[in-house]
Amino acid sequence: MRRYSALSILANGLAGHRHWQRAWRAPEPKRSYDVVIVGGGGHGLATAFYLAENHGIRNVAVIEKGYVGGGNVGRNTTVIRSNYLLDGNTQFYEFSMKLWEGLTHALNFNVMFSQRGQIVTAHSADQLDFFSYRANVMRLNGIDAEILSRDDVRRLVPYLDYSDTARFPIHGAIMQGRAGTARHDAVAWGYARAADGHGVDIIQNCEVTGFLRDGDRIVGVETAKGPIAAGKVGLAVAGHSSVVGQKAGLELPIESHVLQAFVTEPLKPMVDHVVAYGADHFYVSQSDKGGLVFGGNLDGYNSYAQRGNLGVVREVAEAAIALMPCISRVRLLRHWGGVMDMTPDASPIICPTPIDGLYLNGGWCYGGFKATPASGWCFAHTIATGKPHPLNAAYSLERFRTGRTLDEAGVGPFAWLQ
Amino acid sequence: MLRIDCPCCGPRDHDEFRYGGDASVMRPAHDDADFEAWYRYVFVRKNPAGAHREHWQHVLGCRQWLIVERDTRNHSIASVALARNPSGKKPPARKPSQ
Repeated sequence: MRRYSALSILANGLAGHRHWQRAWRAPEPKRSYDVVIVGGGGHGLATAFYLAENHGIRNVAVIEKGYVGGGNVGRNTTVIRSNYLLDGNTQFYEFSMKLWEGLTHALNFNVMFSQRGQIVTAHSADQLDFFSYRANVMRLNGIDAEILSRDDVRRLVPYLDYSDTARFPIHGAIMQGRAGTARHDAVAWGYARAADGHGVDIIQNCEVTGFLRDGDRIVGVETAKGPIAAGKVGLAVAGHSSVVGQKAGLELPIESHVLQAFVTEPLKPMVDHVVAYGADHFYVSQSDKGGLVFGGNLDGYNSYAQRGNLGVVREVAEAAIALMPCISRVRLLRHWGGVMDMTPDASPIICPTPIDGLYLNGGWCYGGFKATPASGWCFAHTIATGKPHPLNAAYSLERFRTGRTLDEAGVGPFAWLQ
Repeated sequence: MLRIDCPCCGPRDHDEFRYGGDASVMRPAHDDADFEAWYRYVFVRKNPAGAHREHWQHVLGCRQWLIVERDTRNHSIASVALARNPSGKKPPARKPSQ
């Protein structure tokens, strides 16, 4: 892999851009690998990269049904933050944030990580108290957090509704200055290129149709391109964990739901932060191209259709206007949907499974993008050593049996209410 | 918008209804001491990509709980029935109140 640098851009520019290498190869699958990762999204590619980088395991294949970047890694709203309340989540997402801060250099690929800060508005004194509690938990864990007064919020984000007629007046906000956004496609491509540079085979347009077994042990995968033997198999197919897991005989505490995202026509720079509405489900940032990128609630019923329903478009638009009346005349350019693994406690699963040789990374609900680096790091550790890393020890499948759930959403096993 | 053909009210938009999840999940008897059965009831879901029997309640209509069979890949609805009478027969007509 030739490294990207200012000099390489200059040299290739002068040569008319005819000599760039492919970012990653398109190999035919070998008959056998030490590790096969099912799913070439952000998490699967990051896992392959860290298996090679941290553990020296380079005889690895990533097998992807579609193309790299075609799933949820290319469908999210790119928000990165580490403002989680519960032990287990707090430390895991902060570790991820630290990896994000060095990711462009680690991958030699500009992921355009922009730490523009995230502001979550509070709309009652009680909510601001709760945010203070959250901020204290974060600061005790060494994570930056600030509580803003109404005047502070008004100074930072003057375009919200501060009028006397606001349905939910803004009392203040919690802010994480290191939060921000990244270019999601670049994250997929960067991990793919860096993993490929370590010798990982990325096999696209190759669906896994079943698993090879030796007694109770899983020893490989059946694919559209024939059987591939593997010492260990890792699933990183969030959205479809139940479907692929079922082929291996896994029963999972997961429901698949669709979440929509939206982008407006391009505007001049206005939204300098990531802003989330504390009174409803709405969050917005502005892309480098000028479009407002935002999202809201789940559609609310089991779905594998990668498209959403108009009822939610209306609800999200209503929440948007309630917080930011100034965008009421802005037109939507696109909206789309992604399929989420929703777990009963809104926290992910990264663990060995009860089936020998099979490891699971899934259940990301709608928070998977920000977790990509730490998820890959911890899943690679789990696969390489057979045991979870301390950072993902809380993300076991067993936690639902033992009652040690990480109930970040606080709604119980009703995924569609999260 | 999904259109759910309510046995009482006729076809209505799905946002008149409240979703109630997988209808194939059965609650164990209250004196069932089998831990696995309770674990599966609370947490485990089949989550099929395909035909899914699920509960919906017509909260802005007749308030009946329904069982809807819907394909989770394309949202086509194969059947709608009252949850307490899943054979699909219409409920008996009510007597007008006195």
